[in-house]
Amino acid sequence: MNLQLIGINHRSAPVEVRERFAIPEKKLPEALQSLVQYPGVQEGLIISTCNRVEVLAGLKNGDADLRGFLRDYFHLDPAEFNQHLYEFREQEAVQHLFRVACSLDSMVVGEPQILGQLKEAYAVARAVGAVQSSLDALLTRSFAIAKKIRTETAIASSAVSVASVAVDLAKKIFGDLKGKNVYLVGAGKMSELAARHLLANGAASIFVANRTYDRALSLASKFNGRALRFEQLYETADQADIIITSTGAPVAIFRKEHGERFMARRRNRPMFFIDIAVPRDVDTAMNDVDGVFVYDIDDLQQVVASHLSDRKKEAAKAEDIVKIEVERFAQRMQTLDVVPTILSLQEYLEDIRQAEIDRYRSRLGQVSSEQEAAIDAMTRAMINKIMHTPIVALKSAAKDPESTTVIDVIRKLFNLQEKAKGNSATDGGQN
Amino acid sequence: MPLLWLRISVLFYAVGLLYALAAVSRPCNWLTKYVVRILSYGMLLHFVSLAETAVATGHFSLTVMSIHESESFLAFMILAFFMIVYLKYRTTSPGIFVFPLVFLLTFASALAQQPLVFTSGLMRSGWIGVHVALIFTGYAALLLSFAASMLYIVQEKSLKSKQVSSGVLSRLPALQVIDDIGYKSLLLGFPFMTLGLIAGSVVAQANFGPTYFRDPKVVLSLLMWAVYMILLYTRWSSGWRGRRAAYLATFAFLVAIGAWAANYFSTMHRFVTQ
Repeated sequence: MNLQLIGINHRSAPVEVRERFAIPEKKLPEALQSLVQYPGVQEGLIISTCNRVEVLAGLKNGDADLRGFLRDYFHLDPAEFNQHLYEFREQEAVQHLFRVACSLDSMVVGEPQILGQLKEAYAVARAVGAVQSSLDALLTRSFAIAKKIRTETAIASSAVSVASVAVDLAKKIFGDLKGKNVYLVGAGKMSELAARHLLANGAASIFVANRTYDRALSLASKFNGRALRFEQLYETADQADIIITSTGAPVAIFRKEHGERFMARRRNRPMFFIDIAVPRDVDTAMNDVDGVFVYDIDDLQQVVASHLSDRKKEAAKAEDIVKIEVERFAQRMQTLDVVPTILSLQEYLEDIRQAEIDRYRSRLGQVSSEQEAAIDAMTRAMINKIMHTPIVALKSAAKDPESTTVIDVIRKLFNLQEKAKGNSATDGGQN
Repeated sequence: MPLLWLRISVLFYAVGLLYALAAVSRPCNWLTKYVVRILSYGMLLHFVSLAETAVATGHFSLTVMSIHESESFLAFMILAFFMIVYLKYRTTSPGIFVFPLVFLLTFASALAQQPLVFTSGLMRSGWIGVHVALIFTGYAALLLSFAASMLYIVQEKSLKSKQVSSGVLSRLPALQVIDDIGYKSLLLGFPFMTLGLIAGSVVAQANFGPTYFRDPKVVLSLLMWAVYMILLYTRWSSGWRGRRAAYLATFAFLVAIGAWAANYFSTMHRFVTQ
């Protein structure tokens, strides 16, 4: 297998550089076509997301100038960007691709989007015929490994954003969020995001209260919720199970006595305050009220930090799995490589042919050089005819990454085990 | 034979005990996965043991009458109740409290030598069997509710402390689910307890007359019923849950233990001649 990969990611380059290499979705098929038409390139795949652009190529033989491809395609001088580009070959390219698929190379390790993006890139490349047998095998394998790592390690099991931590906590309190009401007090990007997450997880309805009523109205309409006047806040707040506060108020707007009143009216059903405001909107003493749970932005971020460090530990496990899988994949590719088998098959039959001709030469007596040539041609033709079907079968087997049996069978039939040494060694590793 | 089955089921229940102990220190994946299945095998043997005793003695009431056999029956009822909760909520967490108790009860029962001999003619009455079965279902419900209260406190504390929980805490069901388990157990157990007490007083009225009210077990049982009632009432009227409800549930549970232990001081509930 001949693999080469060139890329740029969030670690190697700032966004000003990355955006120059980005390929919009619409242009991707066209870019793929020019990639596979580039000298030396047989197959190709391009991943372009906001955090990375990767060009993966299966080569005909030897080398391809992928930097040259970037230069031609983007009409810019890669020399300028040399420090930002990374390039991998063969096993290293496989490893990089596996790491990308498993989200080990992501900005937030373990995030689930990259696998989806990779699958999309694969679908596009397949559709335009840029991906064939060897890249196909590589990509299918990388998807399988990503799935394996997701189930075998806890790399993606904990929430690592403030909004998703808030949802997790809400679920720990309420179980199911179905039918739970969310109250947004004050408007802000972060509280909006948290509300969106809660709704996506089943929360029923949203109330919005804001100092400026118009702002509340516009925010409420975004969520299909209900805008309330700020003066109504204390009368209506007890209807909410989850309250997200983010006002710019200089002093706390929810204090312990409010909480006690809410709980009495709610007949002690639990309440969850998510306080994103700085200075805080909910007094610390509120957390002492039975059934009221208050998390401020620091508390949430602390949870995020601890989950992130958990992920780091899991990532180490994932890296080990990737290493093993890269090794395995390389072995598999070697097994799939049919050329040595074909060569040894030819060699084997040629040996037989020569030996038989030598054996019968004495019995044939004197033969003319013409006759000699005829014998030679005839035996050669016989052998070629015999070899034809096995070779066709081998070649078609090579295209199917899941089938190694044909190769095995042919090796066994013609007793080629010893001759194809490299192959038999990897065979032992596989079986 | 019934004793043999019982002793084997004790071995199965020991796995539950192990689960409860492990859950406190560090959760064990495979144990959580298989504990319910293992315990249900134990229950099956336990059931066989109970049934054989019933057949051997010829009467269900006799099965539940000696201290040791009633322990075995109570353990069975508690576990059955736990299984109902498990089927509905898919959580093994209440087991942290339930499994050790089930193990201890069954263990004590399995240590018993031969079935004790009953002499009191009272035992022949079918009402006694009904009385005991109903009350025990009530006990089981009360225990589950108590376990849920404890879990509620633990989970509430962990959420309030804002510490990132790991291990057993991260696996507890949601606060509201725990609350639901506790409440539904109470709700389900209360009618059984009430009917059980009524059945008991019918028998007692017929056999002892009004003096039965002075029996310590009867007094404690009525107290337990009253606390049970208060638990439900506070829940209905003001939605008490969490710490306050847990204190009450603990009190109810202690009274229940008292009522259970009162057999040793009760003249009326001592059915065995010595």
